Amino acid sequence: MIMTASALSAFELARIQFAFTVSFHIIFPAVTIGLGTYLVVLEGMWLWTNDTVYRDLYHFWSKVFAINFGMGVVSGLVMAYEFGTNWSGFTSFAGGVTGPLLTYEVLTAFFLEAGFLGVMLFGWDKVGPGLHFFATIMVSLGTLLSANWILASNSWMQTPAGFEVIDGRVVPVDWLKVIFNPSFPYRLAHMVVASQLAVALFVGASAAWHLLKGRSSPTIRTMFSMAMWLILVLAPIQIFIGDQHGLNTLKYQPAKIAAIEGHWQNEPGKSVPLILFGWPDMKAETTRYALEIPELGSLVLTHSFNGHIPGLKEFPPQDRPNSTIVFWTFRIMVGLGLLMVALGFWSLWLRWKERLYSSDYFLRFALLMGPAGLLAILAGWFTTEIGRQPWVVYGVLRTQDAVSNHSVLALSISLVAFVVVYFAVFGTGVGYLLNVVKQGPDDGGGPQPDPDKDPHLRPARPLSAVSDKIDEPNLPVT
Amino acid sequence: MDFGIDLPLLWAVIIGFGLMMYVIMDGFDLGIGILFPFVQDRTDRDTMVNTVAPVWDGNETWLVLGGAGLLAAFPIAYSIILSAMYLPIIAMLLGLILRGVAFEFRFKADEAHKPVWDKAFTGGSYIATFSQGVVLGSFINGFQIENHVYAGGAFDWLTPFAIFSGLGLIVAYALLGATWLILKTEGALLERMRELAKPIVLSLLATIAIVSMWTPLSHPEIATRWFSFPNIVFFSPVPILVVVAAGALLWAIARDTHATPFLLALALIFLGYSGLIISLWPHIVPPSISIWEAASPPQSLGFTLVGALFTIPFILFYTAWAYHVFRGKVKAGEGYH
Ligand code: HDD
Ligand code: HEM
Ligand code: HEM
Repeated sequence: MIMTASALSAFELARIQFAFTVSFHIIFPAVTIGLGTYLVVLEGMWLWTNDTVYRDLYHFWSKVFAINFGMGVVSGLVMAYEFGTNWSGFTSFAGGVTGPLLTYEVLTAFFLEAGFLGVMLFGWDKVGPGLHFFATIMVSLGTLLSANWILASNSWMQTPAGFEVIDGRVVPVDWLKVIFNPSFPYRLAHMVVASQLAVALFVGASAAWHLLKGRSSPTIRTMFSMAMWLILVLAPIQIFIGDQHGLNTLKYQPAKIAAIEGHWQNEPGKSVPLILFGWPDMKAETTRYALEIPELGSLVLTHSFNGHIPGLKEFPPQDRPNSTIVFWTFRIMVGLGLLMVALGFWSLWLRWKERLYSSDYFLRFALLMGPAGLLAILAGWFTTEIGRQPWVVYGVLRTQDAVSNHSVLALSISLVAFVVVYFAVFGTGVGYLLNVVKQGPDDGGGPQPDPDKDPHLRPARPLSAVSDKIDEPNLPVT
Repeated sequence: MDFGIDLPLLWAVIIGFGLMMYVIMDGFDLGIGILFPFVQDRTDRDTMVNTVAPVWDGNETWLVLGGAGLLAAFPIAYSIILSAMYLPIIAMLLGLILRGVAFEFRFKADEAHKPVWDKAFTGGSYIATFSQGVVLGSFINGFQIENHVYAGGAFDWLTPFAIFSGLGLIVAYALLGATWLILKTEGALLERMRELAKPIVLSLLATIAIVSMWTPLSHPEIATRWFSFPNIVFFSPVPILVVVAAGALLWAIARDTHATPFLLALALIFLGYSGLIISLWPHIVPPSISIWEAASPPQSLGFTLVGALFTIPFILFYTAWAYHVFRGKVKAGEGYH
């Protein structure tokens, strides 16, 4: 397809805008999903053991949940509308599949979350413990249902199935095949585990911060210990799921794997090396400075010593995803995943040595790993989405044919507006959230403040569960 | 999948219903932001926000349902309207973000920053409402389409009529907000709202009159729709009822301090909405694309319909329950019951 210079930049602006807004959005849902599950566990433990530590932790983390949830909702609203504003070719072509999936998400997930959130955040003294626990479970279920529908939609775009193209648009013929498309189970499992891991790392890091400050209370130790157990179990599972996910991708999107691996030419019958590091150069069609381990590529990717994977040169240049980017985003994700495994095993060893809460080096490492889950999630999504290029519906619709026909001017105005508003608003919100975490569960936890004494605590607005002031001096608000 | 029913028609009704729920419900909470500049007292402002605080979040979900439903049932309409309305839609979303977080932050900020979040709250409400009105006005004006793709420019929406309907929607939401506050508050704030409501009703009536003349004059097909025989007989109750409702509303504002003004305001909005449907039916992308042309394949419509019919009753049940829990007047400095 021939494009003029300005059409190219309008197209790129549309992509940058989508990538910017969705990258902000995904941070909040990942935390919502992970914390939702964590809160169910905490409340269940409280009801089961009657140990107030769990109740205090529940109240503390539900404040963080509330702030995060509010930001997830408003950033998500943008995403739903962006499909139409920026990708009108995509919606008019594939809306018959993605629209119903999004509608089911609204009907089953969003309304479920909205319906029970009020009771969960403000109903502690108003409904019985059983009903309150039920509300927490419903909110958490809502977040998982939401992930389920939106990932069905995204996976269908990666590995489309169960449809026909009639009169220039997609007609679903088998909804079960549409939803349970080949990559969906892997992506759902990988993403849900990623969210739990990300929250475990975040919770662990906040506990480590308090421990390093010398505040070693039972609540802090409990939250640290729970987080480390979870990481120990989930990090290896995540590697296993990721490996299976990769095998699935090799089958359905071989060009993506070639780009991730930085392989340009692999001869059939010969084993392929694993390139640890290097710089894939799209123009020169080679990977510079490659540091390789012979045969390992075949072993990792095909689970056999001389398995074949295609190289990028087997695909016409216009069908190749950008290897330079996905090569590195993939390695960032996998590298962080390996560090998570290391963190988990180190914690086990220290537990055995009874130094889990006191080893300075370990606590610093846990603190540093706080954002690792969220970073790995972003890196993973960049790999997945950029590796899908130049297709928006893989093998069916090109991204270029999906974009709306906007001028550079219109897109520039909107992009600048998004960047300014997002950084100001979500920057303030995240600053606020970190401030709450800094105060710790021993301050704000315990029985909830009495709303009758302070009217500002009463409303069922998500963020109002948090009674603290923002705009403390260290916040980015002016 | 043939159900022997007119699926596109059914979906047009569902989406029309969802959008009306949105206009009614988010309308009064946007209206609160619109009325902010007319109420200076801090405690009064807090009370105003407290009246909608428990419900605004759920209210906005109807907007998501409207969008998702349109995408599912009429993807062509969704893609044309949203790309034609690119800048107003983006402005609306940013306005809703500002308002949504300011709702929370204005209570949490220290004294020095409270005014900043109050301004964000007001500004966000005005931007979101005005943009929605512009979208509505441009929708009535119709879109330039070639081969089912939007063929106009980025600023085509910038017409006097669209600007006028943006301002008109601000008046309409202000009325919903003021009558909602008459229902939910008491004392000085209530009196202030009664004072404000009168001129708002009169401006809204003027707005409706102007729109009712402007549209048929500039769109002959709409004129024929209304003024040809026998339509004129069927449709004449709409303008007559508008006048009756507005008169009753003025009367009620002066006397009743509970639900009547709000219910009459809802009736007025509902009548305006019906008038719009009469003018445009059956076009989902005026002036030329009908609901049947824009519809998704029946497989998509049928699959989604099952979910919608099953879940919407539950959703309505939660919503009614939430309003029930927070019923009654909100007193200054007191929060909820
Ligand atoms: C893996 C999970 C996931 C992913 C990939 C996405 N979302 Fe999301 N989204 C959620 C998980 C989620 C959630 C957990 O359900 C949220 C976050 C916080 C919340 O309130 O719900 C949410 C909120 C949320 C809302 C507001 C819902 C409301 O009004 O309550 C909308 C409209 C969207 N999302 C739409 C999207 C779109 C169009 C996406 C694709 C580009 C997207 N989300 C990616
Ligand atoms: C939530 C995590 C996600 C992240 C971080 C993410 C990231 C990205 C990025 C970086 C791009 C730009 C790729 C490029 O242009 O090179 C993109 C494009 C896109 N993504 Fe995603 N994405 C996510 C989820 C989704 C989901 C769930 C869907 C659909 C249901 C989706 C649909 C799209 C579409 C329509 C485009 C635009 C067309 C394109 O450039 O391919 N994304 N995304
Ligand atoms: C260490 C071993 C890991 C391996 C082998 C692995 C493998 C993969 C592969 C192959 C993809 C691309 C799939 C595709 O586009 O078709 C992917 C995507 C992704 N990864 Fe990983 N991963 C690993 C660790 C992690 C970790 C630790 C996280 C986060 C905590 C993570 C989060 C993600 C996310 C969010 C995506 C995008 C969504 C998806 O396609 O599932 N991954 N991963």
